[in-house]
Amino acid sequence: MQILLKGGRLIDPPTGRDEVVDMLLVDGRIERLGKDLPVSQAQIVDCQTRVVAPGFLDMHVHLREPGFEHKETVLTGVQAAAAGGFTGVCCMPNTNPPIDDESVIRFIQSRARVALNGAIDVYPIAAVTMGRKGEHLGNLAELAEAGAVGFSDDGDPVADAEIMRRALEYAAMFDRPIIQHAQDVSMTRGSVMHEGIVATSLGLQGWPSIAEEIVVARDIMLTEYTHGRYHVAHASTAGTIELIRRAKSRSLPVTCEVTPHHFSLTDEIVRSFDTNAKMNPPLRPREDVEAIREGLRDGTIDAIATDHAPHSFDEKEVEFQAAPFGIVGLETALGLTLTELFHTNLLSLARIIELLAVNPRRVLRLPDVAIAEGATANLTIFDPAQEWVVDPTRFRSKSRNTPFAGRRLKGRPIGVINNGQAFWND
Amino acid sequence: MPLHSRHLLGLDGTKREDIQLILDTAVSFREVLDRPIKKVPTLQGKTIVNMFFESSTRTRLSFELAERRLSADVLGFQSVGSSVAKGETLKDTARNIEAMKVDMVVMRHAASGAPHYLSRVIDANVLNAGDGSHEHPTQALLDMYTIRERLGRLEGLHVCLLGDVAHSRVARSNIYGLLTMGAQVSVCGPATMIPRDIERLGVNVYHHLDDVLPQIDVLNVLRIQLERDAGRFFPTVREYHNSYGVTRQRLEKAGRIVTILHPGPINRDVEISADVADSEHSVILQQVLNGVAVRMAVLYLLATAS
Repeated sequence: MQILLKGGRLIDPPTGRDEVVDMLLVDGRIERLGKDLPVSQAQIVDCQTRVVAPGFLDMHVHLREPGFEHKETVLTGVQAAAAGGFTGVCCMPNTNPPIDDESVIRFIQSRARVALNGAIDVYPIAAVTMGRKGEHLGNLAELAEAGAVGFSDDGDPVADAEIMRRALEYAAMFDRPIIQHAQDVSMTRGSVMHEGIVATSLGLQGWPSIAEEIVVARDIMLTEYTHGRYHVAHASTAGTIELIRRAKSRSLPVTCEVTPHHFSLTDEIVRSFDTNAKMNPPLRPREDVEAIREGLRDGTIDAIATDHAPHSFDEKEVEFQAAPFGIVGLETALGLTLTELFHTNLLSLARIIELLAVNPRRVLRLPDVAIAEGATANLTIFDPAQEWVVDPTRFRSKSRNTPFAGRRLKGRPIGVINNGQAFWND
Repeated sequence: MPLHSRHLLGLDGTKREDIQLILDTAVSFREVLDRPIKKVPTLQGKTIVNMFFESSTRTRLSFELAERRLSADVLGFQSVGSSVAKGETLKDTARNIEAMKVDMVVMRHAASGAPHYLSRVIDANVLNAGDGSHEHPTQALLDMYTIRERLGRLEGLHVCLLGDVAHSRVARSNIYGLLTMGAQVSVCGPATMIPRDIERLGVNVYHHLDDVLPQIDVLNVLRIQLERDAGRFFPTVREYHNSYGVTRQRLEKAGRIVTILHPGPINRDVEISADVADSEHSVILQQVLNGVAVRMAVLYLLATAS
């Protein structure tokens, strides 16, 4: 297999490269990199309006397998990832059984090896506690050895301060982060949306910002005390961003991710009672969206991750308070990021690539993607200017629960190349 | 002039002329209720189903009576004993009932937004008889009707909603309706029962009943959910009554005639003392009677809106 990526703009933040260059790929390896490479027998891909970047890694995805295959499987999940421009995903452990045993990791790895011929790297994130029950520390060393790149009880928080302390201490021995789903459950019983004027208007049980922030504040103190490594999943409030900013200013090993929906939408859309406006953490008001955008701009936020949370049609087709939390995100993430952050002149393309490709790997201590002659090609190709309309019926994901149906976006993934495989969006 | 909507889901966003039309139409139906024969043929041939997914006596009977007074064919259920208990979804229940060719659905549901959802998946007119903590539009309409009947107007009056505003659909519908009609609205209750940012709806917030009583024309006393709330939103019933119970002594001290409403059922001597509930300033029983007339008006107007 020979592919010539012709005239693309290569942006590779780790090396600082930003130049128009041809790239010849032979059997999944970067054979040559240079100006005006001669056209041989290679398949030519015209990249003239396109950006070639290190492959994106979505560090927060729910693949649902094993246990919830009616929502998503490893296969449909990685198909959605490829369509969305991701060459790698981290899968969260709230499966059934949960990823709290190395056998489950091996099962997922075996599924990932055959899905799209292994084109998409699937990195399991294992549970912090056994059964994700928050009570008993999991076999973290075994799980790390089997391939877990981090630990999280995502979907639920590690609520107990003592367990959190020990998890941070223990995981630090093999340099894995504890990824916290920050939610004080005692403050969010029955809560279905952000607490504020919209919840008050609708008579829906509110979910205060501080229910997230007090957990993050506590965990930052625990991180400082234990010298562990701490990552906040789906940070959603101005207060959380400020806590992380302060922690970073004191050089604490604290990182965070935000989702595209938390920088694109506010809780105002809940007024429709559309269950695709229901997620955990909930959509927040404009002030929080602005704070997240500022955190993306000033470097406080390390990564953009989707929290891709597929649910079947019927599960979401119910009263708002009865609906499950979560939306799919893999296939809209790049379009939303470019529309909301690049075309608004908030972020450069290089910074966006850091957020989607470089930093997620660094948080998880995975090596940077190498873009150099002789290296295995791990690339995302996208067109920052192409406009398209989100049509959930065309999703590769098994589920279509998105609040973005019908939204016009500017910027679209064109293809991914990884592990010797290439996938192109028509 | 018909209503602007073929559903009555809430008073949030309902136009002033629509509220006016309902209240004015209710006056004619209120007269019907004083006749020896209290039945009119207005909705003959229409089928109305009352779907009560939450137990209710007062509202259900009031709707049923209104429907029968209008000569509609009426069927109904409470969720106990229906297929809902077997795990059928709201959508399936509603679609099955609609397949029987009903014209209107009156629904009470514990989930805020349930009637809004229903109105998107079925064709019948949907009338919200109370959804979660969200809205109870016919209650607020009958409250406004009763206030207007007693005081002659709504515009410029100062109405206070007292008690568990956070969990009250009656409070929300009253706030939306009264503000639309030009009244001034305050809420009063313990801070634990006043929902966040409610002042942004355009109401004043009070925590001490004695502060607000001297300023108001109408006090709408909300029911306290004794089982659910004691220990969580207020310490004890005794303390609640001492702080927020509406007593004759309190009213006299305020030195102002205040019309007292209560959506019922009353917890006597908890949120309101017996002598106030039965006093000449209480319009609680008029509310019940007016409720039938207001619901007749809404049913009639919705049936002719489509």
